Amino acid sequence: MFHIYCPYCEEYREEEEFHPKGQAHIARPADPEACTDEQWGDYLFFRDNPRGIHHELWVHAVGCRKFFNITRNTVSYEILETYKMGEQPRFTAEYPEGKPDEQVAAEKVAAEAAGVERQEGVKA
Amino acid sequence: MQRYSGFGLAKHALSHHENWERQWRNPTPKKQYDVIIVGGGGHGLATAYYLAKEHGITNVAVVEKGWLGGGNTARNTTIVRSNYLWDESAALYEHAMKLWEGLSQDLNYNVMFSQRGVLNLGHTLQDMRDIQRRVNANRLNGIDGEVLDAKGVQEIVPIMDCSKNARYPVLGASWQPRAGVARHDAVAWGYARAADALGVDLLQNTEVTGFKIRDGRVYGVHTNRGDIEAKTVGCVAAGNSGVLAKMAGFRLPLESHPLQALVSEPLKPVLDTVVMSNHVHGYISQTDKGDLVIGAGIDGYNGYGQRGSYPTVEHTLQAIVEMFPIFSRVRMNRQWGGIVDTCPDACPILSATPVKGLYFNCGWGTGGFKATPGSGHVFAWTLAKNQAHPLAAPFSIDRFHSGALVDEHGAAGVAH
Repeated sequence: MFHIYCPYCEEYREEEEFHPKGQAHIARPADPEACTDEQWGDYLFFRDNPRGIHHELWVHAVGCRKFFNITRNTVSYEILETYKMGEQPRFTAEYPEGKPDEQVAAEKVAAEAAGVERQEGVKA
Repeated sequence: MQRYSGFGLAKHALSHHENWERQWRNPTPKKQYDVIIVGGGGHGLATAYYLAKEHGITNVAVVEKGWLGGGNTARNTTIVRSNYLWDESAALYEHAMKLWEGLSQDLNYNVMFSQRGVLNLGHTLQDMRDIQRRVNANRLNGIDGEVLDAKGVQEIVPIMDCSKNARYPVLGASWQPRAGVARHDAVAWGYARAADALGVDLLQNTEVTGFKIRDGRVYGVHTNRGDIEAKTVGCVAAGNSGVLAKMAGFRLPLESHPLQALVSEPLKPVLDTVVMSNHVHGYISQTDKGDLVIGAGIDGYNGYGQRGSYPTVEHTLQAIVEMFPIFSRVRMNRQWGGIVDTCPDACPILSATPVKGLYFNCGWGTGGFKATPGSGHVFAWTLAKNQAHPLAAPFSIDRFHSGALVDEHGAAGVAH
């Protein structure tokens, strides 16, 4: 049974309150009409499915009903972090122990400077 | 190979059954093979067997990182049926069903295939409309099937709660009499023994760590026991297919999920068929030993852990007790998970890949066991001839770019 920290409610709640919604950080093509069949198929169906660290989209279905992200190990099932939409993960396949503080701070400043309104792909 | 027979059993009784021949050899890997199969589960072993038997290609290695039939082959709920909705999948699963019907004779190995029938229950008017449609489609495809009303269901399964007072009353069911169950381990062992007898090398504890690829063409695999070369490589790795695809440099439209099953303590015979319900979401049968074998849906998140979550166990057992109040005090003995490779359209991928000579047989998701002989048969044909078997052609990976999906969620997405 997972005990999941909802970054919006700021509380740990039981797994039963949440639903997994698949891989996170999949950016919808800006102009779907301009996509080739290949690009559109990749966006709709093809997934990373890693063995190890994975970024997932979850919804707090019977809580605040907000979507957020979880970084989780798909072998040990350990939840490494939860973070809000639009934010970048601290733990990635490249940084399994977590990115250093300076890098996290720099990424945050860069994201704010860019005025991010939607979630972008992982910049690992 | 020492053939199994009643006479042999009597003969070996004289030596206290201590002189039976080993079922298969444990060879050291050769440097080169004609074909390498990655994955020694039911589908992989069946592929190797049919390559040797039907196509005369006996210089074949089955490379397995653990032991034979130790993954989903050992972890499923052993249900075999072919009542799928669409022509493409119905043809593939019915092909498998026909092979099942002669399998024990063909392999000289008792796979305990028991055609005890499968009921797919309907609990709502829409369920019943879908069942009508599916059974009609099945019959047009030459697959046996009947639509039963609640009374008909009650006659087949007297212990089920078919009363109007149930929370989700049983309105009827589809009934496939030729469907049933088989002994899952025996299927893997039977194929392994028969393939070995034809000269196939079964390499256990041999893990593929990478592919040897040059100019977009595969010419072998790296393993923990050294490199092995072959011009044709077939990957049949179920939940770990995505990991292999990543090694070869491409992605698959698959997500790996834990799927759980449970068995109860052994009971006296009480249920002589297979009952499945998509609506209350559970399925159950009873083994010859007497255990109730129970399964339901996947855990929603990706996982490779071969175990499942407790909320899913609870939902599964709620569904079973809803259908069978008589089982409310049965104790569960064991619970486990297998890693299933689910495809967006709930149909398998039997396909060439962007790497020449490298083929994948995957995406069987929650229902691969029933297809074991058919899957191996058409995949062997595909590997031997370097082109898709007519039954495999609709299941090419290209369908996720062309849009020609075979949407089997109605028949396959939930209960298997």
